[in-house]
Amino acid sequence: MNTEDIKVCVLRVGGTNCDAETQRAFTELGAKAEVIQVSDMIKKRNLLDYNVLVFPGGFSYGDYVRSGVIFARHLSANLGKEIRQFVDEGRPLLGICNGFQILVEYGLLPGFSGISEFPEATLTTNEPAGFKCKWVYLKQENRGKCAFTSAIPAGKTIQLPIAHGEGRLLFPKEKEQALLKKIIDQDMLVFRYCTKDGETAEGKYPDNPNGSFHDIAGICNPEGNIFGLMPHPERAMYWWQQPTWTRENQMLKYGDGKLIFQSIINKLTKTNH
Amino acid sequence: MKYAAKIEVGLKPGHSNPEGETTARSLVELGFSVEAVDVSKVYTIILEAASAKEAKAKAEEMSKRLLANPTKDNYTISVVEQK
Repeated sequence: MNTEDIKVCVLRVGGTNCDAETQRAFTELGAKAEVIQVSDMIKKRNLLDYNVLVFPGGFSYGDYVRSGVIFARHLSANLGKEIRQFVDEGRPLLGICNGFQILVEYGLLPGFSGISEFPEATLTTNEPAGFKCKWVYLKQENRGKCAFTSAIPAGKTIQLPIAHGEGRLLFPKEKEQALLKKIIDQDMLVFRYCTKDGETAEGKYPDNPNGSFHDIAGICNPEGNIFGLMPHPERAMYWWQQPTWTRENQMLKYGDGKLIFQSIINKLTKTNH
Repeated sequence: MKYAAKIEVGLKPGHSNPEGETTARSLVELGFSVEAVDVSKVYTIILEAASAKEAKAKAEEMSKRLLANPTKDNYTISVVEQK
């Protein structure tokens, strides 16, 4: 399909943020992106008119109960059938920050055997505790499965900003090592927090900003079409969003975040979805 | 009949507890001798059910489907009949 035919749905609700930035990122690259209020989507039931679905960042439903869980249950109760069909057809679904929390609470990620009835992981309170709003370095670890990182060579270090209080990815303690092996074997590991030089953070603050298990910042499902990450690529789309913009003499037009959106566009323009 | 189901959701043992540790440090700073702080959330849910057993079963289902994440949370339920 052609880039201008790609329809992106950025699904928002009270408490969502950066929906406009996400829409702009896709629009900048030539796709048609819309911000849709979830209540409108439930009325129209036209999710399958879109080629890409994004759960943006923010604090949906005030982060009550657990971050992302209320939105996740609202979606499964009202759009569960459409979302299942959407992902079963291999259409890309991206979750940024709160969107990642929604994917995990929904059971869409890690999604070892498709959508799970109960969450198989959690994104919980940062350690050290507190809301962290800063730039982090990430190492791209995916070997080719993830649809959202094809424009980033494996092993490359990129820089994106985070802004969250609950970003520590955990698996059930007793299954931690077995699930990590599965994630690596099935090429579901995508981004790990690292140092400026690309060395793994080894759980150490500040390179690992939230104590996340195995320094994990982003994972995809075994099929590679569902991707969640805590950092915000849409806040690193342009050169003027980069932290060094006043210090560099010459900067590239785009920031590293563009690579995520470009990867999806590349993927779709090469397939029929 | 009307029941109040009290569902307390807390961390499973073995998980680190940054919220509790931060709270403990603050209490120690205020001069209290504190060894540890556990933090949990309590939901008191008023519901209709035919019996206390049924009310508890409903609360159990609510915990599984919304209130607790099995990766990190434990929960306990107590049910009291409302007059």
